[in-house]
Amino acid sequence: MTKIECILRPGRLEEVKDALGKFGIHGMTVSQVLGCGLQKGRTEVYRGREYSINLLPKVKVEIVVRDDQVNEIVRVISEAARTGEIGDGKIFTYRIDNAIRIRTGEQGDDAI
Amino acid sequence: MIWRSERLKRLLYLVPLMVLAMPAWALADEAKIDAGDTTFVLLSAALVWIMTPGLALFYGGMVRRKNVLSTIMHSFIIICLVSVQWVLIGYTLAFGPDHGHLIGDLSWLGLKDVGQTPNADYAATIPHLVFMVFQLMFAIITAALITGSFAERMRFPAFLAFSLLWTTIVYDPLAHWVWGVDGWLRNLGALDFAGGTVVHISSGVSGLVAALVLGRRRGYGSEPLLPHNLPMTVLGAALLWFGWFGFNAGSALAANGLAASAFVVTNTAAAAAALAWVIVEWMHHGKPTVLGAATGCIAGLVAITPAAGFVTPLPAVLIGLVAGAVCYLAVAVLKAKLGYDDALDVFGVHGVGGTWGALATGLFATKAVNPAGADGLFYGNAGQLWVQLVGVAAAWVLAAVGTYVILKVVSLFWKLRATADEEEQGLDISQHGEDGYADMVLGAPAGNGTVGLSGV
Repeated sequence: MTKIECILRPGRLEEVKDALGKFGIHGMTVSQVLGCGLQKGRTEVYRGREYSINLLPKVKVEIVVRDDQVNEIVRVISEAARTGEIGDGKIFTYRIDNAIRIRTGEQGDDAI
Repeated sequence: MIWRSERLKRLLYLVPLMVLAMPAWALADEAKIDAGDTTFVLLSAALVWIMTPGLALFYGGMVRRKNVLSTIMHSFIIICLVSVQWVLIGYTLAFGPDHGHLIGDLSWLGLKDVGQTPNADYAATIPHLVFMVFQLMFAIITAALITGSFAERMRFPAFLAFSLLWTTIVYDPLAHWVWGVDGWLRNLGALDFAGGTVVHISSGVSGLVAALVLGRRRGYGSEPLLPHNLPMTVLGAALLWFGWFGFNAGSALAANGLAASAFVVTNTAAAAAALAWVIVEWMHHGKPTVLGAATGCIAGLVAITPAAGFVTPLPAVLIGLVAGAVCYLAVAVLKAKLGYDDALDVFGVHGVGGTWGALATGLFATKAVNPAGADGLFYGNAGQLWVQLVGVAAAWVLAAVGTYVILKVVSLFWKLRATADEEEQGLDISQHGEDGYADMVLGAPAGNGTVGLSGV
């Protein structure tokens, strides 16, 4: 099994969810995160004092899939999330040992 | 608050008659209560009251989320603290029979002799109790205004001691000087319709001194100390603006034309100042900010406060425009240059705006608005500007020296400043044991049946 973790523009989350749904992936964990990378931050002004904000809001989507699906899913996510501008985000994949469904005790591919 | 010299003169003519007809006069005095005036001033007192919870939101939104409760608590507890202090001793010190032109004596301790009949020295048509409680609201908000300067870093016990001592040793005498019968600034003819000197200069200058004594917040200059909830701040500013109609129009102490005039110039100056702040900020930094609009209207309200009962609407526009621009420069340029951490800009808005307002009163005041007032420089009386300057200087000195001494004395008994750990954790948890936004609750009720952090 492989965990796919992607850091996305908040504005592309719905497209990614739709694309994954069409692919048959319905389970995911989504969190609001802050991060920085190639994308430059922005400047905020409070009472005439400028602050450079270099951590920008992103969403992190985590899903766990069968190994044979990984390449296809990465392609689907990339297409849905891409705008072509700096700041589109990144995708990371990790091998994972096991998955257990707490309710039934099923393990491995059956549990995801 | 306004000089009732006309009324006093008329009363003087009445002295021989009064001696002849003492019993009849006593009856007439009670009958002089005016229902309209009493209603208006009571409701104005309630309006001024809401300014302090408004201030709590205004300040609360501007601090980081870990300090929102402690900042709100400052204002809230001051409502309670000063309400009791005022009844016990504050009112008599500020407005009681004069002692040496400096302070009221203790004749009205615990509101003794302050009752339902009017006190003609202050307001002849409303019960003395109404005047007293209206004045209480001013004492409350003044002490609360200072708290913005030391937000996010002062320990609660020291804050309590400081606030109680400050309202007693700085506010009460200053109110007596400016508004008390026979107070020396009042005798000098200094004009302060609703508290530009007593409320705003005193709190602004005290805030500056407190910020200097306490030192900067951890991370000042190196990490962003940003407002955590600007909608809360804007709601607070709106409540302040709303309450200010009671503050200024109510200071006419009667439901009359002067109150209407004060109401109009108050709204006008607030609006002009908000526009000026936003425009100057827009030119300086390229963005018209909401925080700028909210702060600008407060700067205008501060500046028009001393002038509200003495100026016409057109000078009010000018007073507001200058206040918005000058206070912006004080906050955005002066503060950054000098490097003091007046966290929520008490000095930049109230100290600077109040000083401008007091001087502007000496420029634009006219007897056409208020025969009991005086003419300013632009109406042919240059002397008034000098008198205003004396009032400003006196307030600066009393507030600065008083605040410094009080903080030094308090620091002998309580630690003023939160420790590095307490500050890092946030004052909500370290001082009050609460979290303003407990979106993830960890832990369990502690002890037998006692409710812990997890709530009810």
